[in-house]
Amino acid sequence: MNLHEYQAKELFRDYGLPVSEGIAVDTAEEAVSAAKKIGGDKWVVKAQVHAGGRGKAGGVKLVASEEEIRAFAEDHIGKNLVTFQTDEKGQPVSKIFVESFTDIARELYFGAVIDRSSKKITFMASTEGGVEIEKVAEETPEKILQATVDPMTGASSYQGRELAFQLGLEGKQINQFATLFMSLSALFRDLDLSLLEINPLVVTAEGNLHCLDAKLAVDGNALYRQKRLEAMRDHSQEDERENQASEYNLNYVALEGNIGCMVNGAGLAMGTMDLVKLNGGQPANFLDVGGGATKEAVSEAFKIILSDKGVRAVLINIFGGIVRCDVIAQGIIGAVKDVGVEVPVIVRFEGNNAALGVKTLADSDVDIIAATGLSDAVQRAVNAAGGK
Amino acid sequence: MSILVNDQTKVICQGFTGSQGTMHSQQSIEYGTKLVGGITPGKGGQEHLGLPVFDTVKEAVLATGADASVIYVPAPFAKDGILEAAAAGIKLIVCITEGVPTQDMLVVKASIDSRGVRLIGPNCPGVITPGECKIGIMPGEIHLPGKVGIVSRSGTLTYEAVKQTTDLGFGQSSCVGIGGDPIPGSNFIDILGMFEDDPQTEAIVMVGEIGGTAEEEAAEFIKSNVTKPVVGYIAGVTAPPGKRMGHAGAIIAGGKGTADDKFAALENADVATVKSLADIGKTLKELTGW
Repeated sequence: MNLHEYQAKELFRDYGLPVSEGIAVDTAEEAVSAAKKIGGDKWVVKAQVHAGGRGKAGGVKLVASEEEIRAFAEDHIGKNLVTFQTDEKGQPVSKIFVESFTDIARELYFGAVIDRSSKKITFMASTEGGVEIEKVAEETPEKILQATVDPMTGASSYQGRELAFQLGLEGKQINQFATLFMSLSALFRDLDLSLLEINPLVVTAEGNLHCLDAKLAVDGNALYRQKRLEAMRDHSQEDERENQASEYNLNYVALEGNIGCMVNGAGLAMGTMDLVKLNGGQPANFLDVGGGATKEAVSEAFKIILSDKGVRAVLINIFGGIVRCDVIAQGIIGAVKDVGVEVPVIVRFEGNNAALGVKTLADSDVDIIAATGLSDAVQRAVNAAGGK
Repeated sequence: MSILVNDQTKVICQGFTGSQGTMHSQQSIEYGTKLVGGITPGKGGQEHLGLPVFDTVKEAVLATGADASVIYVPAPFAKDGILEAAAAGIKLIVCITEGVPTQDMLVVKASIDSRGVRLIGPNCPGVITPGECKIGIMPGEIHLPGKVGIVSRSGTLTYEAVKQTTDLGFGQSSCVGIGGDPIPGSNFIDILGMFEDDPQTEAIVMVGEIGGTAEEEAAEFIKSNVTKPVVGYIAGVTAPPGKRMGHAGAIIAGGKGTADDKFAALENADVATVKSLADIGKTLKELTGW
């Protein structure tokens, strides 16, 4: 789960990290009064969306008058912002973050992820701040400095000092950076983060370190113990159908094709999509009904799949492990009747009570094609959808 | 021979009296697994499924001499459950639980490695040596004792590979689901090494998916350490970048972890790769000449 910049900075402030004075607002009026409250004669206004690349897309602006603030807010609030990280529709903007202006002497990059290979939280720092870090990592990997956190002992200040010297910081900045590193390590651990990024971390004209941007992602598995962060969730930034699916413990990801897929198990769901493509078709979605799929879940899965008007056929691939195919069959029959499915439905059952599942379908009065195997099912679905 | 478990393995179950623990323990007993008891704190002294219930893993180990534990406790308690089993001297822990926080696993992984404990999972179907011992949630009846070692990040994809090798009569030596999380207790390399050393295993099927670099690391390992024929399949060619495909670990992040990269790495290690999920058995047959 991602957080907005203004939310991340609120958390940063709690950890004593240096951030600008800022106020998140919902209207142009509020934006103007926020700037007045902050004071000064220059501000930065930022559209709040879950996507990078806001600056290049015009979603971040330096402003010096009430008119400019009002114009920016009116231009963005209630509209979508399209950046290179979003799709063509962009992400909806409902809040603007108004911040005090910072005079920048130098831009750095500082971030952390959970590194799957070393199985440790890994901090990355670079002198190349303000640009795409993936590009730096690809083109000049030697410019990325790293520090890994031992899960048993936690982070140590010396690691921060080492990075600070390597970054060419000096004087009071060394200890400032070490403190920053320790605070971020604590924040990362305490809040169950999966990603943290400050791009850029700047050295101000006065020579102090300052977090100009903040991006945080939280481990979805840990939300049960991160109630404050859970409350920060902004559903408007997420796909509506994906949200709907997750309410029924279904995993759904929308794709571009026309063959709706309903599968049990994430791996098999991906494998089924791949097989559709390999046979000349295009999957419309990824959908994992999970190990304990119920009749209700199957029915809901149908609704979600069919809410995509591009779907021309539905392919159901169930390998019954825990779930019984006959139970799924009843769910399918019920759903087809309830929802009113008007496209061909192709079903492949394997494993737990597969034969009974096929019989249940055959005995019913709904028109469902029971396939004889995996390849057969996929081929039939591709044909039904008008593929080759 | 087999890997990890056999007909001598004495298994206890953590989360024994819960609904998941009960259902799968019942099926494991029916399969012939030597389940010797279970743990539910506060229910020690009771009997469940005809087996003794203990308050702590330590008591269970002392009383039963168990050498493996299977964990069905809910995700918030999985870290504690694994650490308890490790501290009680269990050397093989199989954690089925899905949804364990990633940072819990960082601590767990460092701890079990320092103790020399083998953890399979979390978020996995478990381990089976067909005809001998089933620890986990896989359907026992699709398996056949035999000569193929199967290792996979996905539950239902493992079943596909199992079924295809059963249908062709090859059977399986052991099947290990290492799980779909970003920080698994065991990785492909750990299991591939065991299959290489196991005389019963004559060929290996490795089922990977998008996300991370475990398959690339496995490919490097296979190149210099595995002499047996290996068939490799990767799920997620059609997965869009930046989207989590069900499994916590199945995500293409920053352009890394694509199926194409993984297929290329495996091909570079002379693994026979399979692009169609339905062709795992067929490719294995061609590769081995069986």
